[in-house]
Amino acid sequence: MEIGLGAYLTVAAILFAIGMAGIFVNRKNVIVILMSIELMLLAVNINLVAFSQFLGDLVGQVFAFMVLTVAAAEAAIGLAILVAYFRNRGDIAVEDANLMKN
Amino acid sequence: MGVFESLTFLGPELLLAVGGMALLMFGVWRGDSVSRQISIAAVILLSLALIAAAFSPAGQGVGLFADSLRIDAFSTFAKIIIFAAAAFAILMSDRYLAGEKLGRFEYPVLVLFSAFGMSLMASASDLITLYMGLEAQSLALYILATFNRDSRRSTEAGLKYFVLGALSSCLLLYGASLIYGFSGSTQFDAIAAAAAGAADRTGLVIGLVFVIAGLAFKVSAAPFHMWTPDVYEGAPTPVTAFFAAAPKLAAMAMFARTLIEPFHQMTDDWRPVIAIIAVASMLVGSFSAIQQTNIKRLMAYSSIGHMGYALIGLAAGTRAGVSAVLIYMAVYIVMTIGAFACILLMRRRGGLTESIADLAGLSRTNAPLALILTALFFSLAGIPPLAGFFGKWFVFLAAVEAGLGWLAVAGAVISVVAAFYYIRVVWIMWFDEPAPVFERDIGGVLGVTAALSALLMFPVVPALIGRLQQAASVAAAALF
Repeated sequence: MEIGLGAYLTVAAILFAIGMAGIFVNRKNVIVILMSIELMLLAVNINLVAFSQFLGDLVGQVFAFMVLTVAAAEAAIGLAILVAYFRNRGDIAVEDANLMKN
Repeated sequence: MGVFESLTFLGPELLLAVGGMALLMFGVWRGDSVSRQISIAAVILLSLALIAAAFSPAGQGVGLFADSLRIDAFSTFAKIIIFAAAAFAILMSDRYLAGEKLGRFEYPVLVLFSAFGMSLMASASDLITLYMGLEAQSLALYILATFNRDSRRSTEAGLKYFVLGALSSCLLLYGASLIYGFSGSTQFDAIAAAAAGAADRTGLVIGLVFVIAGLAFKVSAAPFHMWTPDVYEGAPTPVTAFFAAAPKLAAMAMFARTLIEPFHQMTDDWRPVIAIIAVASMLVGSFSAIQQTNIKRLMAYSSIGHMGYALIGLAAGTRAGVSAVLIYMAVYIVMTIGAFACILLMRRRGGLTESIADLAGLSRTNAPLALILTALFFSLAGIPPLAGFFGKWFVFLAAVEAGLGWLAVAGAVISVVAAFYYIRVVWIMWFDEPAPVFERDIGGVLGVTAALSALLMFPVVPALIGRLQQAASVAAAALF
């Protein structure tokens, strides 16, 4: 059985939506937000590789490698910011991040 | 063009990247004691990059690395302003960072790296370079927002900026992957050709909407503005001054190039989206600012509103429209740098104050500062004959010419509401009972910066606005 482009795009879209929901629904933990961001970036990678294969064009796979590199840098910086935040606050609950309000 | 030949056109970027890394190594080697020398070196590097950009050998415009970067009049215009704004961000931070015991050498280095990213953003003509430039800028900015790592507010601002910034990058990237899939290329010219020939553009339009959402986050346009007030308030003030200036122009330049170069054929598809974002930003910027008590938060809402006005020019989608965007952004950046220099001068013993109430009666306690702030706020409100008025004038004119008269009318009506809160601050400065006196420091870098930018708001040199208009017009022509 041949798996078509549509199937890959659907999986990527579902993963992207789960990642987005993870950022907005989650009220507990900032780590979960970092994981959601990774999930969204990987959903994009599935898109890129599927299109690359479908188009017979390598640029999409090069793009996917660039995204992987940036995702690693982003995770490093995100965790560093999280550590600084934790040292000041003693917890990483999302709902407590409300020092600044109108 | 070969790789080595391409590199000869990348003078400013190479200076910033190599120079930034060299300064980073020097800083690691010698420690924080040399942070001042590194600041000076960073300002020199930015000035050299500015000169290299202004006298670029590119001429009419060249495409580098298989046309993934384009050096043309548009990118040169943006780069000159970006590098100047970044240099001012370092100069203005000097006193503050020393006072807050934040004098770490990483600050100027991070500004250099983000300026490098912004310069790529202004030149990017390929979805991959666009994304890499954007991330090079954003990653440095996330760290800058958290720069006061012992402050709860600064780390919270950094965390919020990081999460929402990463989310917006994901949206943009998802859109980019769809555009790549449905056009078959990441290169802007090839996308334009595919868009012109496509029978069904649904996939491209969906991708474009995601990209616009991601870009609207970066320029902090409503309804993607929610990070702006918190980040502006929480980040150290010189960092906020930097955030409000250079990254806004870089993101707006990238926004314009991304909409015009590949999607010029689809102007009718994206124009309503941009127009709605523009109106929403102007509304949020004016109405939410009225109740603010913190001056940095006020400036955040002010910047959201100003992005709305700039987007009116982009919605026009014509050469005059893009030129108006560039004029507006140039004027806006001068005003913002001046306003933040004034905010950094709101210093009493024990540190900076940020409350609008602290400005009360400033005209009696510190008349020069009051005069400067008044000129800048009148210009931000767009009151003629100050420069801010000309910015709005060109934007509205371009909208009317493009058949978007309703948008220009909406902008004019909302700017009356916006004028209210700027004038309220001026009223507090001139007619309220004086608050305790600020330390006097009008002769320093901050005072000179503030005075200079206030002076530029007046048509002291009438040729200046004409020169700016001419340069912006040439720059805009490069996109069409």
